[in-house]
Amino acid sequence: MFHWLEKHPFFFAVGVFLVISFAGLIEILPNFAQASRPVIGTAPYSTLELAGRHVYIKNSCNACHSQLIRPFKSETDRYGHYSLSGEYAYDRPFLWGSKRTGPDLMRVGNYRTTDWHENHMKNPASVVPGSVMPAYRWLFTNNTDINTAFAEQLTVAQHFSVPYNQPVPMKDGTTKVVKMGSSVANANAIAIEEAKVIAADMRDQDVKDAVARGEIPEIVALIAYLNSLK
Amino acid sequence: MVNRPLEYDYTITKMFMLTTIVLGIVGMLIGVILAFQLAFPNVNLIFGEGLAEYTNFSRLRPLHTDAVIFGFTLSGIFATWYYVGQRVLKVSMAESAILMFLGKLHFWLYLVVVAAVVVSLLAGVTTSKEYAEFEWPIDIAVVLVWVIFGASIFGLIGIRREKSLYISVWYYIATFIGIAMLYLFNNMEIPTMFATSAAGESGIGSWYHSVSMYSGTNDALVQWWYGHNAVAFGFTVPIVAMIYYFLPKESGQAIYSYKLSLLSFWGLMFVYLWAGGHHLLYSTVPDWMQTMGSIFSVILILPSWGSAINMLLTMKGEWQQVAASPLIKFMILASTFYMFSTLEGPIQAIKSVNAIAHFTDWIIGHVHDGVLGWVGFMIMAALYHMAPRVFKREIYSKSLMAAQFWIQTLGVVLYFTSMWIAGITQGMMWRAHDEFGNLAYSFIDTVTVLHPYYTIRGVGGLLYLVGFLMFAYNIYKTMSARPVEEHELQNASPMGA
Repeated sequence: MFHWLEKHPFFFAVGVFLVISFAGLIEILPNFAQASRPVIGTAPYSTLELAGRHVYIKNSCNACHSQLIRPFKSETDRYGHYSLSGEYAYDRPFLWGSKRTGPDLMRVGNYRTTDWHENHMKNPASVVPGSVMPAYRWLFTNNTDINTAFAEQLTVAQHFSVPYNQPVPMKDGTTKVVKMGSSVANANAIAIEEAKVIAADMRDQDVKDAVARGEIPEIVALIAYLNSLK
Repeated sequence: MVNRPLEYDYTITKMFMLTTIVLGIVGMLIGVILAFQLAFPNVNLIFGEGLAEYTNFSRLRPLHTDAVIFGFTLSGIFATWYYVGQRVLKVSMAESAILMFLGKLHFWLYLVVVAAVVVSLLAGVTTSKEYAEFEWPIDIAVVLVWVIFGASIFGLIGIRREKSLYISVWYYIATFIGIAMLYLFNNMEIPTMFATSAAGESGIGSWYHSVSMYSGTNDALVQWWYGHNAVAFGFTVPIVAMIYYFLPKESGQAIYSYKLSLLSFWGLMFVYLWAGGHHLLYSTVPDWMQTMGSIFSVILILPSWGSAINMLLTMKGEWQQVAASPLIKFMILASTFYMFSTLEGPIQAIKSVNAIAHFTDWIIGHVHDGVLGWVGFMIMAALYHMAPRVFKREIYSKSLMAAQFWIQTLGVVLYFTSMWIAGITQGMMWRAHDEFGNLAYSFIDTVTVLHPYYTIRGVGGLLYLVGFLMFAYNIYKTMSARPVEEHELQNASPMGA
């Protein structure tokens, strides 16, 4: 049979394809429906948080920071409750990372503040002596792309039924409605309201002034995202 | 028909040899910069505060991995295909104007994609998925390049004189099919520019932005099915194709066992795809998949070692060649590193070992003993073997090649030993508890302790880069070295002092 295949390239190629596609079919497909259900307490990202997530991705934060807490005592002691599949239901793409040059960030919103992040991004070693993380000063001057975040909200709401403008159940029995804008102007207005809350806790006067003018520096969006990680 | 040897046409091979070398230098140079950034964070500012956004670790890191995978390695794969393909199929590219055109189109389109990737990654336009960072417009261009590559492969096969496909061709076909399948499924994404707001606006935001079709755990599963098997079909399968051709050719020995090559090929095809789950141990993917990933990773030793042993036994009775020829040295060490790396991987895939190794530098060490020791050495050996045949000149300097071999070998050894120590040290410190059950170390303690190992790794990487520059110089000088006759090119490559 093998000798025959070696003289018939088409069937050889078909053979290779069948043999390699086998694993994917069995391993990947059966889990799809189940793994995409959100757990209670998991809400979609707000416009500013999603824009902050884009800043996180733009700067490849995931190259050094994981967002996956494994079920070991040493990890739950350090980072909090181990990760559950449903907590990632609204993560497109997933940001588990593959290397912890820095610590895990899955629940960083539980134990770091806006003020801490602001100082840390300006000069990591001033907050964590010995840190090898570079400074991210351009985040204080670059402006956030809110429109793209809004376009992504619209896309996921339409194609994947992500529940924007609908009540989602929270752990304490209440519900939460994450707003999505009705127009570009409305989406930007929602984002700037969120940004004002973050900027109120910040010290950098240029950032505060920018937000007051209606601009959103990337650092504000990034902190909004990091604070949402709980 | 006139009975004379075929004149093969190496136009396309030469083009891809050039990009192999240039992109190799780029990828490795960025790698060395990254290594020193971790040891000395000030290196993040090498071009000053103003350009820090583009020279800092996180922006450069995807550029390093992609330059080495899709620049250096892929160019090497294309260069060798356009050389090996003609020779084992006994047909010249010059015989078909269409194939020649496709080959050139392949090269120039590939260059366009490379340029687009460099610009987009520096600008921070990325999907974040490892080795699949490109946004949808580039993805479409990548697919186009790949389709042309496929047309080249099957076009050449279509007009072949030798009816039986040589082992290397099996592996090239598998490379084409494997990457095509993986790339398509992993990059399923929806461009966001098509969304319409309630107010009727569309085309909102960046036109190149997209959102993944899969979310969370599913996305991770598909990504590591891709990520792991991109290694399979980019760093293993085509490199095995190379060694199956170049080692017997250079040494003048026949492949030790046909049956072993058969077993290794089909074994590798079947087993490799299952092993992706070992990237997700202790994550939120179902346990049975994690276990399958572990088990198949261990089984993977069989087909991997099958190929490697087949190569080593091909040298049976001819081991003096290893001492005599630096070119054979490169291939034998590549094969040895392949065995080493394919044993190390399965060890790391065992769940209890993975609990320590995952997220640490040990994984980085593993990748690099595979890529520097196996992929890098084999591609350089292939180029060294092809150069005299392509340029009809002897290799410029044998002693330079020998010096390069030892410098790079030292570099690889420094690299992986330092990363082993770094990885295991950090993994053990993360999990250490004191007598009261509290964590023994804060996270930063486990970072500062790595400084000496990061420095040693940087030096190891630098040595490898120096060796690669020696290689580039040697090939460059070969283009104007002593011309050789056809009979000198039968087996062992002619080399100058």
